[in-house]
Amino acid sequence: MTTATAHAQKDQAQAELERRMLRQMLLIRHFEEKAAEAYALGKIGGFCHLYIGQEAVAVGSLAALRDDDYVISSYREHGQALVRGISAGAVMAELFGKATGCSKGKGGSMHLFDAEKRFMGGHGIVGGHVPLGAGIGFAIKYKGGDQVCICYFGEAAVNIGAFHETLNMASVYHLPVIFCCENNRYGMGTAFERVAAVTDVAEHACSYDMAAELVNGMDALAVYAATQRAVERARKGGHPTLLEVRTYRYMGHSMSDPLHGVYRTKDEVEEQKKRDPISQLALKLKEEGALDQAGLDALDAEVRAEVEEAVKFADASPDPDSAELTTHVVAD
Amino acid sequence: MPTLTYRDALNQALREEMQRDANVFLMGEEVGVYQGAYKVSRGLLEEFGPMRVVDTPIAELGFAGIGVGAAMAGLRPVIEFMTWNFAVLALDQIVNSAAKLLYESGGQFPIPIVFRGPNGAALQLGAQHSQAWEGWLSHIPGLKVVAPATPADAKGLLKSAIRDNNPVIVLEGEMLYNTKGEVPEGEYVVPIGRADVKRAGRDVTLICHSKTVAVALKAAEQLAEQERVSAEVVDLRSLRPLDEAAITASVAKTNRAVVIEEGWPHCGIGAQVVDVIQREAFDHLDAPVLRVTQADVPMPYNKQLERLAKPSPDKVVAAARRVLYLD
Repeated sequence: MTTATAHAQKDQAQAELERRMLRQMLLIRHFEEKAAEAYALGKIGGFCHLYIGQEAVAVGSLAALRDDDYVISSYREHGQALVRGISAGAVMAELFGKATGCSKGKGGSMHLFDAEKRFMGGHGIVGGHVPLGAGIGFAIKYKGGDQVCICYFGEAAVNIGAFHETLNMASVYHLPVIFCCENNRYGMGTAFERVAAVTDVAEHACSYDMAAELVNGMDALAVYAATQRAVERARKGGHPTLLEVRTYRYMGHSMSDPLHGVYRTKDEVEEQKKRDPISQLALKLKEEGALDQAGLDALDAEVRAEVEEAVKFADASPDPDSAELTTHVVAD
Repeated sequence: MPTLTYRDALNQALREEMQRDANVFLMGEEVGVYQGAYKVSRGLLEEFGPMRVVDTPIAELGFAGIGVGAAMAGLRPVIEFMTWNFAVLALDQIVNSAAKLLYESGGQFPIPIVFRGPNGAALQLGAQHSQAWEGWLSHIPGLKVVAPATPADAKGLLKSAIRDNNPVIVLEGEMLYNTKGEVPEGEYVVPIGRADVKRAGRDVTLICHSKTVAVALKAAEQLAEQERVSAEVVDLRSLRPLDEAAITASVAKTNRAVVIEEGWPHCGIGAQVVDVIQREAFDHLDAPVLRVTQADVPMPYNKQLERLAKPSPDKVVAAARRVLYLD
């Protein structure tokens, strides 16, 4: 194989990866838009935390993982679930509380699970799942595997004791875990700098002798590259990493919260949208000649159709049987 | 049958289960190099190595959560709390993670984990170190809760707990670790959910668990000697699930009951037992059921005040006399 051919193949592989990332981000965006609609129609109940604006984080980071790696997340996890390969239908059905949902309708928006995809939830207490991520890393090490676990949480979780206890132990025990902090700047309606003495989350890694990286979370490729480095540290040496990924959520904290108002201005939100991760990657692909407008439109239409199908599937699916009330409380 | 201390019976159960299943590991404060704060894990580090006997920092929330995560990924952790008073720091992991993951995942993630350690008051340790948590823990669907009173039950129940596919709370007793009793060798398991009649009787049922079993047995002796009353002592052993059939059967026979526990009275285990009795044995009752509990106060340090706060054989005898209308 000539060097030129090798380069061409590499370029093609890279373009395919970028197209796949763009498609995944579009899927999340349209899925979440539909979820907002369905919520307004009363088809989704309770709390529902949307991922719009943060797509590059899930897409970029999960592209660096293998199928046998583990993923665990907070309650803002629709995006990670979709990228991990749980079907849009199974996720939407779970949001609708249907028997065909990925948690059989018993978990809801905040508790998506898929054991086969090693998608370990969906956890609703801020920071509460951070030790679970380390525990999964412990199990990997215990069994002598070379998998890694990526654990997502928001910047507000950094103020929780569980975060600090876990980072310390992950470092002491050399656990193959990537702690991925999605810093979207606000814990519900509280700006991080108002409640955090140290506002650069990555700096906390120093306290635990851990590698860290600050990453532009509006750039899927930057997230991908940083996660690859973290994965390598974890897989080869069992060294954990703290990634601080700077991102932004366009929507309110949950569906019951305003987009802006007392805690941030409309101008700020509009300004942030200029860094939109989807527009940026689409532009890059166009500039490189890897995708034209027609191609982008086709991709967009394909994804919209997939989401429409997911809604139809969720709508048509049955509620769980009444007998499901008392199943899965205790295992056999 | 060999005679062992409660401590060594637990040690034997841990050792046998770790030999039997390579996925079982022990994690907690001082469990390894120090050989256990109460020496329950003596010799295990030497036998199984540091990957399976894991010393932790003082970070109950963190290591309890690491245990739950490890259970999600297929291991069978035994998490030791130096005492259950410290485990309150880990309640988020016990209640929000361990107890709920199976349900909220639609059955995909069973959590086979044991949380164990001493529970209840010892001697003059003050309010923060002298608390019985079974009322809190037994409230939670998704958990099983056991509280062995004897070395044999300690071994058999801990083995069952480790083999169970659910989170199981094992409540031990600081004052029980040195107590001795006959313990069957090798494969000996006590099923979770079965009470045990520790002394048979006809006239009144004394329902108890953990340290209060000894209190009830002493009271039963006094009742026999002083009052010629034949008391039956029912050791619940398992608090969730509760052996309702055993409670009902005994009360149906004696028609009178006193429920004894180390915890506080309000919303305690005894309240649940009384509910079972009024529901299932109402027509058998010849007197209202009475309870003997810790006084409804934080535990005082002073020796005399502490004695006044705790359940005692005399208090049980007094309650039994009342339900027998001997006063």
